[in-house]
Amino acid sequence: MVKKLRYTNALAVLFTVAGLSAPALAGSEDVVVENAWSRASIGVNRPGAAYMTVRNTGEDAVTLTGLATPLAMMPEIHESKTNSVGVSSMAPAGEITIEPGQSVALEPGGLHAMLMKLQEPMTEGENFPLTLTFSDGGKVTVEVPILGIAARGPEG
Amino acid sequence: MQRRQLLLYGAAGAGVLGLTLFVGWWRVDGPGAPEPKGQRPLPLSAMEFRLTDHEENEVGPGNLIGRPTMVFFGFTYCPDVCPTTLSDISGWLEELGDEASEMNVVFITVDPERDTVEAMAEYVGYFHPVIRGWTGPEDQIARAAEGFRASFERVPTEGGGYTMNHTASVFLFDAEGELVTMIDYHEPREFAVPKIRRALTEDVEGAT
Ligand SMILES: [Cu+2]
Repeated sequence: MVKKLRYTNALAVLFTVAGLSAPALAGSEDVVVENAWSRASIGVNRPGAAYMTVRNTGEDAVTLTGLATPLAMMPEIHESKTNSVGVSSMAPAGEITIEPGQSVALEPGGLHAMLMKLQEPMTEGENFPLTLTFSDGGKVTVEVPILGIAARGPEG
Repeated sequence: MQRRQLLLYGAAGAGVLGLTLFVGWWRVDGPGAPEPKGQRPLPLSAMEFRLTDHEENEVGPGNLIGRPTMVFFGFTYCPDVCPTTLSDISGWLEELGDEASEMNVVFITVDPERDTVEAMAEYVGYFHPVIRGWTGPEDQIARAAEGFRASFERVPTEGGGYTMNHTASVFLFDAEGELVTMIDYHEPREFAVPKIRRALTEDVEGAT
């Protein structure tokens, strides 16, 4: 059963990484960001990561092209992968298209908002704004709560 | 794979098919999967390396024999996989309760350049108190990784910095230092905690 759930997650991601560019002009106003969270940092030298679910409630595909936040000079969507011999690696995920009615999960061990060049430490209990930019020019800003370093999900 | 297909084409009942798929999964991906050949870590007694723990003690594989042991590799500048592994392990240890204090749990850095003893001390302080952080000279880290059949690689990033690719599995040994099993990254807790209990009980059975 658990295995099945994981396949479903993988599928959800597959739907979204297909590189076809979305029809421009519409869509991002129907994007809903849910369950955003991040982990506190130790100082500013280590990169941070934030997680969330990005849901496309509209009728048109949307393409997430980038991130912006006053917290970090280089925010970028990354993907962690673990290969068949158990080696994990991380790389920029590029643009992410979300089909109508679909959502993309940014979650530990997979897609994440990588926050490089932190401008200030991420302090547990605080929030920071993160803006998601879409190919139609739309922007969605979400307040991301900062949880403890050992947090496992949006509930801590 | 072939057997699964034969059954698919045959007019086997749905129950039989379901069972076969389950058995197939069990053997290929599930808890019954064989360890890949050549990937099996050495017993701790056959490893040789010298590192320093986060409290400045000199340590090596010999320190781990006598109690069940959990070892994993990572680095503290890792924003996603490593804190996730550390918090997963902290959760498993919480679930084990008092039994957790009967184990060695060691996080070995693959990035000694940035992960000094002080950096390791600060970092492990945020997770379960049983977890120890080990660092040391690069050649000793490399020897440790070799013993565990783990790999790591430094990868430059756009910003001029670097990140590390590394084995993310958790290695479980019994009290005699023999490998019991590995917990893969992403393995659900329903499998992980019983695997750890197996390492703990093999200790009891083996203590003849
Ligand atoms: Cu990343």
